[in-house]
Amino acid sequence: MRRKILELLEKNSRLATKDIAIMLDMSKEEVEKEIEQMEKEQVICGYNTLINWEKTDKDLVTALIEVKVTPQRGEGFDKIAERIYRFNEVKAVYLMSGGFDLTVIIEGKTMKEVALFVAQKLSTLESVLSTSTHFVLKKYKDHGIPFEEFKKDERMVVSP
Amino acid sequence: MKKEMIASKVRGIPPSGIRKFFDIASQMNDVISLGVGEPDFDTPWHIREEGIYTLEKGKTVYTSNSGLLELRQEISTYLSRRFDISYNPQDQILVTVGGSEAIDLALRAVLNPGDEVLIPEPCFVSYKPCTILAGGAPVTITTKAENDFRLTPEELERAITDKTKVLILPYPNNPTGGIMEKEDLEKIADVIRGKDILVLSDEIYAELTYGRNHISIASLPGMYDTTVVINGFSKAYSMTGWRMGYAAGPKELIAAMTKIHQYAIMCAPTTSQYAGIEALKNGDDAVAEMREAFDSRRKFIVNGFRNIGMDCFEPLGAFYVFPSIKKSGLTSEEFCSKLLYEEKVAVVPGTAFGDCGEGFIRCSYAYSIDNIKEALKRIGKFMEQFQ
Repeated sequence: MRRKILELLEKNSRLATKDIAIMLDMSKEEVEKEIEQMEKEQVICGYNTLINWEKTDKDLVTALIEVKVTPQRGEGFDKIAERIYRFNEVKAVYLMSGGFDLTVIIEGKTMKEVALFVAQKLSTLESVLSTSTHFVLKKYKDHGIPFEEFKKDERMVVSP
Repeated sequence: MKKEMIASKVRGIPPSGIRKFFDIASQMNDVISLGVGEPDFDTPWHIREEGIYTLEKGKTVYTSNSGLLELRQEISTYLSRRFDISYNPQDQILVTVGGSEAIDLALRAVLNPGDEVLIPEPCFVSYKPCTILAGGAPVTITTKAENDFRLTPEELERAITDKTKVLILPYPNNPTGGIMEKEDLEKIADVIRGKDILVLSDEIYAELTYGRNHISIASLPGMYDTTVVINGFSKAYSMTGWRMGYAAGPKELIAAMTKIHQYAIMCAPTTSQYAGIEALKNGDDAVAEMREAFDSRRKFIVNGFRNIGMDCFEPLGAFYVFPSIKKSGLTSEEFCSKLLYEEKVAVVPGTAFGDCGEGFIRCSYAYSIDNIKEALKRIGKFMEQFQ
């Protein structure tokens, strides 16, 4: 049941618990308890809203930064990853296989702001060996949802 | 043109009951519809992509009349893996333009003038007209809500005469969502076995059963030789517009159907056939995902109708509910018109699927939960006047 609750919430976190209950043949209380439990266990880590900021008047720049670091004895990459993700500007940090170690996703108001963050905060960390910054020019799809596609029901209103 | 120019057989067929509602509903704005008979999902991308790829490759010529051999092989594998029925791809499978063509072909291939075709109602709209156009005589059998709209052996037995040539078995059922489980089919098989009656088993919704797997009557002992299984890609893979179906059955019948098909149609659309191969090879996950989504909506809509206080039999297949409107005291047609004009919700009167559909409406749940919710809200408001 957990899996099914999660799959429903993953697609639409605003789904009411009473609706989830009906869809999964559970009581509302059971669903609420299960969700609460998963929040406690941090299976559910939060509820975000997917926004296409380009359609608003807010200026926002996103950059993906490839970071090479020196892993620390006894702590591997965890310590340095934490040093990086503590910054508010940092939206995501992933440990990678391949040519570099960490992917760091940063959001700022302007390119300059992002560049300054990388130059002053990120590159200067002791274990960081090098960085390579890529600015995102356009988001086509995020979290499984295409941004520009307007999905209209093309079906005939009534059919056999 | 004088209307006498039109063949009397065709003039005698009444226009589809669905057509009327389509005409009204499509003129109105802000209509919330529960009226469609097709899934709301896009065809899974890997299937569409395969279609595009073969178009780019220039695979745009006729295929053999029966359909691409590779596709028939995949169909054969699929039928055996899912329903435990085995057909030789060489001469026992015919790829058609939708399941509808296969229904038409099967009837035309076997019916002589006056042969009777048993049609359990409520059912899909095309069996009766196709029977008439093929020169046969439709004999309807009324299935009942109290039997979960299953066909009972007693009802069947009563309808059989020495002129009976075909029994249509439309399960999982459009419009009721009723299914036939193994023990139900066994009882039907007991009645049919040994008689020269062809079972036309329309299994187009076979992938959409909930909490149990679909059983094909062709898999029961002694039924294989007198059953033609009709299936297709429309409902399982959300491929309605591709127009792809097939028939599998005894080779004599498939040969006869192929004969009509080769002169009337030539072959099913080539692009669709290639897409169909991809669907059968790699579509299982997508089918499962869609089935799960339908199942959630099914529970949601049944619960919704019951909360409104409308009797609603729990459908176990397809993507329709068939709630009773007896509480309103209106006929199905009146109910649907009134609902459409007052609350702008389009549903289909049960009578579009046979006279015995009187007192019911068909509501499709091939819609998003939000859409279903809004429709239920409006129907609930509408029903208040009948308290």
